[in-house]
Amino acid sequence: MVTTTVPTATATVSSSAPVSVKMSARNVNLWYGTKQALFDVNMDVMKHRVTALIGPSGCGKTTFLRCLNRMNDTIGSCRVEGDIRLDGLNIYDPSIDVVQVRARVGMVFQKPNPFPKSIYENVAYGPRIHGLARSKADLDDIVEASLRGAGLWEEVADRLDQPGTSLSGGQQQRLCIARAIAVSPEVILMDEPCSALDPIATAHIEELIDELRKTFTIVIVTHNMQQAARVSQYTAFFHLGKLIEFGPTEEIFTRPLEQMTQDYITGRFG
Amino acid sequence: MPEQGDARDHQHIVRSFDEELKALSGAIVEMGGLAERQVADALKGLVEEDIELAARVIERDARIDELEERIDQDVIRLLALRQPLAIDLRMIAMALKISNDLERMADYAVSIAKRSQRLSEQADRKPMQSLPRIGQSCLAMVKDVLDAYVERDAEKASAVWHRDREVDEQYTSLFRELVTYMLEDPRTISTCIDLLFVAKNLERIADHATNIAEKIVYIIHGTHINRPRHEVE
Repeated sequence: MVTTTVPTATATVSSSAPVSVKMSARNVNLWYGTKQALFDVNMDVMKHRVTALIGPSGCGKTTFLRCLNRMNDTIGSCRVEGDIRLDGLNIYDPSIDVVQVRARVGMVFQKPNPFPKSIYENVAYGPRIHGLARSKADLDDIVEASLRGAGLWEEVADRLDQPGTSLSGGQQQRLCIARAIAVSPEVILMDEPCSALDPIATAHIEELIDELRKTFTIVIVTHNMQQAARVSQYTAFFHLGKLIEFGPTEEIFTRPLEQMTQDYITGRFG
Repeated sequence: MPEQGDARDHQHIVRSFDEELKALSGAIVEMGGLAERQVADALKGLVEEDIELAARVIERDARIDELEERIDQDVIRLLALRQPLAIDLRMIAMALKISNDLERMADYAVSIAKRSQRLSEQADRKPMQSLPRIGQSCLAMVKDVLDAYVERDAEKASAVWHRDREVDEQYTSLFRELVTYMLEDPRTISTCIDLLFVAKNLERIADHATNIAEKIVYIIHGTHINRPRHEVE
């Protein structure tokens, strides 16, 4: 079992606050066919904190995010080496049920992707297939609690039977968040959740993220540096498949330790 | 920690941002040059009894105030429009504080100029002999701290910071000297009190140079010079 001290084969850690580790990645290497996309990534995800993954396109941040709940398994040519643990449990162990991993580590995608079903069914689907509700009343409670948790209940309470796709973009994204939290995950992965939203809808999601971290642990990929600065407590900067720097967000954005991080966040790259 | 020197070799992708940062630095340097000249001329006016020079110092103060306002506006605009981070953020935020220090420095120069007009009417010049020494120390600190800003030289800034103590000591010794004059000959009291204020102004100018030195180190390293609490005042 790997110890959970803060890492650092490949990254400089600015400082480490006394918080507990929810997920840890050790010596993670990843290939798409023969092309290596991640190189020796070592990083901890802290419990009840928001960790932002930033870096230029193709730097590996989304690839790394998808390793955290084995979404990369769906890509045939993809091969992962190394160790990724959730509460000390190796999620790549052959004995692990990947469906259970994804129930514990949920995901919200870039483009809101509600199922072509009612608002109610979008949220009820997960709890139902995971057998989390014993009765219809139970399921109703879960749906309401999830929609409330996603800050959407007030807006949709009187039209739960309407299609999820009838909502605005920002509402659809919050519906997807409600769907993700309905199965009571421990970690939520968000892949650029606001990139298709206007600033007001974005502000709602950001406010929600801050609320959600009290209950969950969040990892978010974002291209928007200001968003990373606003919503996260930890930031990881990736470049060309390597984790360049990982540390408290405040330090990364005011006094990064690595020249490459500074060049990227100040717009000097390239 | 990447330093300003490195960052300057790396241009921003958006070139107009580089130009705006350069213009902001330029405004600080211009304001610094003016403030330095104000202090130098105020001293010269005092020592050489040049009332006209003192009057020019008083007149020129408006230009410094103008520059400070311009820097305020530039900083607010850059923060709003560029959302700077890391070294850019430190440089821009510190421009606001450094310009404030320079403005205060120039105000003290004006105070000295005003007093020198009064002092020029005094017959007894003997108590003034020790003033140029502390004056030159202050002026050298101002000049060096501005060089450190232009060159983004943290070591030079640090050296200026350490010299503040020297000026404090010179001030204390001058204070004692002036008190001695006043005890020996009460007719010098009026002159000596004016000179005490001048000396205090010079000592404050050195304090502001020291503040600027701290800000330069912060721009470059992102850390503060550790100053023992008892030395803060």
